[in-house]
Amino acid sequence: MVSFNVLVTVAIIYTMVLFSVAFYADRRAMRGPSRFLRSPWTYTLSLSVYCTAWTFYGAVGNAARSGLEYLTIYLGPTVVFLAWWWLLRKLVRIGKAERITSIADMISSRYGKSPALAVIVTVLSIAGTTPYIALQLQSVTLSVAVFADFPTGVSGGSDLNATAFWLSVGLALFTIFFGTRNLDANERHHGVVTAIALEAIVKLVALVAVGIFVVWGVSGGVLDTMRVIEASPVARWQPSPSRWTSMIFLSMAAVICLPRMFQVLVVENSDERHLRTASWAFPAYLMAMSLFVLPIAVVGLAVMPDGANPDLFVLTLPLELGQEGLALLAFLGGFSSATSMVIVASIALATMVSNHIVVPIWLNTRAGGASMSGDMRHVVLLSRRLSIVAVLGLGYTYYRTTGGTGALSAIGLVSFAGVAQVVPALLGGLFWRGGTRRGAIAGLVVGFGLWIYTLFMPAIGVFPAGMLDSGPLGIAALRPQALLGVQGMDPLVHSILWSISLNTLAFVMVSLVSFPTPMERLQGASFVNVFERGDGAVSTAGGQAEAEDLLVMAQRLLGAREAQTLFQREATRQGKAGYLPDPTPDFISLLERELAGSVGSATAHAMIAQINGQASITVRDLLAVADESAQMLEYSSKLETQSRELEQIARKLREANAKLTALSVQKDAFLSQVSHELRTPMTSIRSFSEFLKEGGLDAQARSRYAGIIHEESIRLTRLLDDLLDLSVLENGQVVLNVQTARISDLLDRAVASAGLADGGLEVVRQSEGEGIYLKTDTDRLSQVFINLISNAQKYCVSDAPKLRINVSQSKGYVDIDFVDNGLGISPDDATVVFEKFVRLTDQASAGSAGLGLAISREIVHRLGGSLDYVPGQGGAAFRVHIPLTNV
Amino acid sequence: MSKSVLLVEDEPNIIEAISFLLERDGWTVRIHAEGADAVEAVARVSPDVVILDVMLPGRSGFDILRDLRNQSGTRDLPILMLTARGQTKDRELAESYGVSHFMTKPFSNEEMLGKVRELYAASAVKS
Repeated sequence: MVSFNVLVTVAIIYTMVLFSVAFYADRRAMRGPSRFLRSPWTYTLSLSVYCTAWTFYGAVGNAARSGLEYLTIYLGPTVVFLAWWWLLRKLVRIGKAERITSIADMISSRYGKSPALAVIVTVLSIAGTTPYIALQLQSVTLSVAVFADFPTGVSGGSDLNATAFWLSVGLALFTIFFGTRNLDANERHHGVVTAIALEAIVKLVALVAVGIFVVWGVSGGVLDTMRVIEASPVARWQPSPSRWTSMIFLSMAAVICLPRMFQVLVVENSDERHLRTASWAFPAYLMAMSLFVLPIAVVGLAVMPDGANPDLFVLTLPLELGQEGLALLAFLGGFSSATSMVIVASIALATMVSNHIVVPIWLNTRAGGASMSGDMRHVVLLSRRLSIVAVLGLGYTYYRTTGGTGALSAIGLVSFAGVAQVVPALLGGLFWRGGTRRGAIAGLVVGFGLWIYTLFMPAIGVFPAGMLDSGPLGIAALRPQALLGVQGMDPLVHSILWSISLNTLAFVMVSLVSFPTPMERLQGASFVNVFERGDGAVSTAGGQAEAEDLLVMAQRLLGAREAQTLFQREATRQGKAGYLPDPTPDFISLLERELAGSVGSATAHAMIAQINGQASITVRDLLAVADESAQMLEYSSKLETQSRELEQIARKLREANAKLTALSVQKDAFLSQVSHELRTPMTSIRSFSEFLKEGGLDAQARSRYAGIIHEESIRLTRLLDDLLDLSVLENGQVVLNVQTARISDLLDRAVASAGLADGGLEVVRQSEGEGIYLKTDTDRLSQVFINLISNAQKYCVSDAPKLRINVSQSKGYVDIDFVDNGLGISPDDATVVFEKFVRLTDQASAGSAGLGLAISREIVHRLGGSLDYVPGQGGAAFRVHIPLTNV
Repeated sequence: MSKSVLLVEDEPNIIEAISFLLERDGWTVRIHAEGADAVEAVARVSPDVVILDVMLPGRSGFDILRDLRNQSGTRDLPILMLTARGQTKDRELAESYGVSHFMTKPFSNEEMLGKVRELYAASAVKS
């Protein structure tokens, strides 16, 4: 028999090894990132904190009592890790983005950083975890008792209590030492995690070693073991589907919601990618842990004397068979399982208690609140350390009061069912934006209450006798294990059915009827859509946060150096020198997340809000903003439309103005031209008429001057005629005298009217085509022809001036081209040649005012056609394009 | 040596009228009907008085006036400007360039003759 002293020595040495490992890991982590500390394997092994003493010892007991049911405890996590790793990834992502410190913080942060929810989940966690911690203490003391041959009776002896006490003290010391070195709970506890990983190996090796010993050392091989199993009562055990379903559901919930699991899974996670390894490696670990449970149970039942506690087979079987070394290893395995659970659970709980209960109370009771000076880190650290002591003290007290009652596995399941109440609020918060704070509170309270009433209280046996059978005050419908007369059900299944379904119902219904606060909406959106957003969390807009006050507060929580670094970095990012950046919403939100890592999101938010001068954003604020922006939007779109209209009008006005200006300029130019064209002949007439009046001229001169006067007066008359003509044409007052005529006849008349001198312009015509009949104002058209012919006559510069007239017909129109063999008109001039008073040659003697082409063009327009200059024809070429029939 | 006038004008009937008017009074009248080389013509002919039309083929009478006033030899030359466009801004422009006299068509023979004589007399006194 191993002596008690030896056992204690081994335990102490083992503990010292753990201390060293944790110490080394912390030191290593402080020197910088380490591949070992940040390895996915360390992460996976740390997840084994799921396997507590309950699994290490209790699974065998469970198998001995309920057959394969123990497998459900492993199946749940396996399903979650293999099939729902995306859910875990979402949790981890949110945890990092929001600097989540615990499951309570997660729920609180999701539902608008609600302090009330944080407290509820914290209380729930304490209620669910305390029995579990007690369970670990009990398992260690029981295992010690096995070795020390203490009386293993109910309530244990004083020695057992002493063992439990000193164990609690040792664990408290370890946890305080390695769990509260950093204030920022989100800064991973490398020492603790590494120690947990080592313990994970120890417990696996121990259990597998016992298993191998049992299968090959006791049974004589796999086949023999199988035969023993076949023969045992375990093989005849019938699974209950409802209990299996409930158990798998519970273990699925537990692996996410248990405070210690959330701690290692989310808070201690250093890299999201580690989940990929863990998603298969952790199920594999669980499989290895469960592999030998059944053989040990079956062989234990066969070998051990009747009445032996199957919960301790792992330990007692090797002892019974004289394998003391193996038994010691098994003891260390159980010890590891228990201690790792207690350490992580107390860190997680202490963080919650400190962040959500102690610090807020402390802040509220101190005048000045968040803006008070002084280093708050000591307060937070102290509160966390005290919380650890409190949590372990609670566990110890629970152990002392209920010690020895109930099977280990039963308490474990009660615990699981307790934390499973978080599931509706958690999953609803992750995937349903409609979930509200009130809904979450309602669901949690309902579920928590039902769990206490239907499972927790019956389990710890606090109900008076008869309560379970006849209900409180004899009301049968309120029997804790048969609510509303639902009877004949396993108490666990009964409790889960009622608590989870009513919890979910309350959560959904209240969420549907309650109105979320803006903060809830924002947080809800950022949780549900965590993969779609960038870095930013909720930004606290506006506020008059004084950067200096924020720095003072941050220094108190983060430490002077770290806070200053943070502020300086932000200031640099904003392009400012010094330590005081502008309190922009982005920075406030960043700072809040940094602080959340120390005191939880609800407290951090409250502290910032205190300084920031705004308690929180109210619905009205948000609605006002939304309303305002909607109005602004509408207004600006109205303005936009208006300004577009105005712009159009302005453009039209500009165009009209430009037209008027151009017209005015044209009018001036026209008047000036008219004046010039009138004054020039007038000058001659006046001058020569004065000569004639004076007398004294010879007859020849008299005749000549009279001729000039006559000529110039005709010129004047023609000019006036042209002007009137043009005016009539331009004003559209012209009355067309439509007649039918053959083009050849019109051209004949025009050529004759042009009065061509012999040896002057030669007109070349082509008889084909000229036979076309036109129905139009033939007099006007003749006028155009005459003008074009006389222009050619006046301006065609050639030794043998020639004018070709071509007629062609197409699509109801006729083209009559007048092409001379002169120099033609340059492209620039071709555009102005139709303007009034334009005479390209400046030959005043040409005898016209330069209105001919302008009038011709007007006439052709009136006849429904066009008159254009056709370039590139060898000389000046004008085309009359008119419809065959004028309508 | 007889007094000479250079008439820069493109209207044949007006040329005839002014020529008759001035030659009858004893002036030597030289004709130039182009705007483009009118400045050179003035330099070549070196008349006592210039009668300058505004609307000339090739070049505006205003440009010719400006050039003449910018040349030392013709800076003080009496220049009588004739225009058929009797607008105030034309007159102002001509005066700003330093025209000796600005006359609007149609004019009376007496007015024309008197002005030419007057300009000649004034320039003769100065020189």
